[in-house]
Amino acid sequence: MTATPVIPAEKARPARRAPRARSKSWWVPYVFLAIPLAMFLMWVIGPMIYSFYLSLTNWDGVSAPKLIGLRNYVRLFNDRVFWIAIANNAKWVVSFITAPVILGLALAMVLNRNIPGAKGIKSAFYSPYIIAPVVIGLIWGWMYQPANGLFNSVLRAVGVTDPPGWLADPRLATWCIIAAAIWRQVGYVMTLYLAGLQGVDPSLIDASMVDGANPWQAFRHVIWPLLSPVTVVVVVISIIDSLRSFDLVFVMTRGGPANSSSVLANMMYIEAFNNYKMGYGAAIAVVLFLISAGFIFIYLWQTLRSELEY
Amino acid sequence: MTTATSTNRTGALQRAMLYVIVYALTLLWLVPVITALITALRTNDDILARGFWSAPTVFTLNNFVLAWTRGGLAHYLPNSFIITLPSLVFTLFLSSLAAYALSRFRFRFDRLILFIFVAGMMLPFQILLLPVFRLMNAIGLYNTYWALIIFHTAFQLGFCTFVLRNYMRTIPGEILEAARMDGCNEFRVYRQIMLPLTLPAMAALATLEFTWIFNDFLWALILIQDDALKPVTTGLAALRGQYVMDWTVIVAGSLIATVPTVLVFLFLQRYFIAGLTLGATKG
Repeated sequence: MTATPVIPAEKARPARRAPRARSKSWWVPYVFLAIPLAMFLMWVIGPMIYSFYLSLTNWDGVSAPKLIGLRNYVRLFNDRVFWIAIANNAKWVVSFITAPVILGLALAMVLNRNIPGAKGIKSAFYSPYIIAPVVIGLIWGWMYQPANGLFNSVLRAVGVTDPPGWLADPRLATWCIIAAAIWRQVGYVMTLYLAGLQGVDPSLIDASMVDGANPWQAFRHVIWPLLSPVTVVVVVISIIDSLRSFDLVFVMTRGGPANSSSVLANMMYIEAFNNYKMGYGAAIAVVLFLISAGFIFIYLWQTLRSELEY
Repeated sequence: MTTATSTNRTGALQRAMLYVIVYALTLLWLVPVITALITALRTNDDILARGFWSAPTVFTLNNFVLAWTRGGLAHYLPNSFIITLPSLVFTLFLSSLAAYALSRFRFRFDRLILFIFVAGMMLPFQILLLPVFRLMNAIGLYNTYWALIIFHTAFQLGFCTFVLRNYMRTIPGEILEAARMDGCNEFRVYRQIMLPLTLPAMAALATLEFTWIFNDFLWALILIQDDALKPVTTGLAALRGQYVMDWTVIVAGSLIATVPTVLVFLFLQRYFIAGLTLGATKG
């Protein structure tokens, strides 16, 4: 194995990378990589592959797993809860790529113009991001509490006699959890857009204004196109985050009432660790992975594209 | 009145309206935090008798005391630090090694390895849960601090390596080359030149990673069973499970659990924000 494969096109590129390691010390990068790469393969990549195998077994967590072919998947596609979870995941994804993105971008635009108190406003919006999702779930769970929580106390105070049950209402539960998740997410999106706006040359906006564009036109035709790389990353990260969401669902409803707020991540946990159907749980995990994989590839394409072009 | 001043007036009016909307939204965003603070300072009897939307009759710190003692936060919170701090140190150190190799050398599979790290960091945790659970059981680390420390260290390597590698690539090669000319071997170049130059990125990563690892819930749920070993996240969830516990105490406990990350954020806000954007944009 050599440390310096000869890639002809590479020679034309300016030496942004370090000079090649001298062939005598080709092993140096491998020494630096050995432990981190071994750990990552053992605890992340290996387990990912192993989950595919487990999904083809009837493992119950106690006895040795036995291969049963695709039976877990057949059962899964006939499971009513699976389709509820898929529908709820779709609600999460759609909510995450709309509300936090629009709100986060709007806030970034306003805060970028030096509104008085900008620093405090920023802190207010990203403070939810540093709070543990478990804590958010507990606090929002308390606000939603039908008997004494904030929402129903206020509603009763203004004369509503029959306020909703929020998390106890199967039609509302998922939306209630999503609201808490959006509360957490907006500040993060805002931060990414604020960073993106740093890269937008203000003179471009001034020039368009001089040419007679109103602020909306300047945004629509100058800023928005310039921010499109940030938007792609924001949307993809939002989708992946929404598919990962587990803590809030687990703490607030555990997927209830009657599975109405279940998502794949939560369903997987319950089947595998509460019902000890670990093979079945692995199959759910594989489906969740496959849904995420497409978006992960878009993210990789967007962030690593320049590295892979040669 | 000239047209110029009238457009100025509408402009000023529009701006004032915009400000009002933004300030109102900010206030709305603080409602959960304010609710939590008020709840934790009231007595459960007061809320039950008169509803949350009533002027509090008494303020008390007793909920915090109860959460700390009867609620078990006195041992959950130290557990969180016992798990988070070593994970943080290990993952930063190991990822700086990997990042050095991936940023300054050209070798076989270098892009594939980078690709593996970046792809791995985006995985949904569920695809890893069962195999990691099984592996930890097999090597006898299930239900120990080490299970969480090792897993967090390994998983966070993906993100940290990616960020540090991008950062290290911005450091001019001439500086390192000069050191090599002076006869430094690669390990000294890494330790004495690259590592000090990478400190700003390390600080940003450290604040972000501290928050992530400290706030982790799922892995603690999977890998720690013993109540005495639980970090504050699964500890709080367990409190919620005991129906004898009042909401006021649970909310007070939640606030205590948030103090460490809030402190990190307050003192290292600049780094925290830098860290957030490091991951999403290219260095």
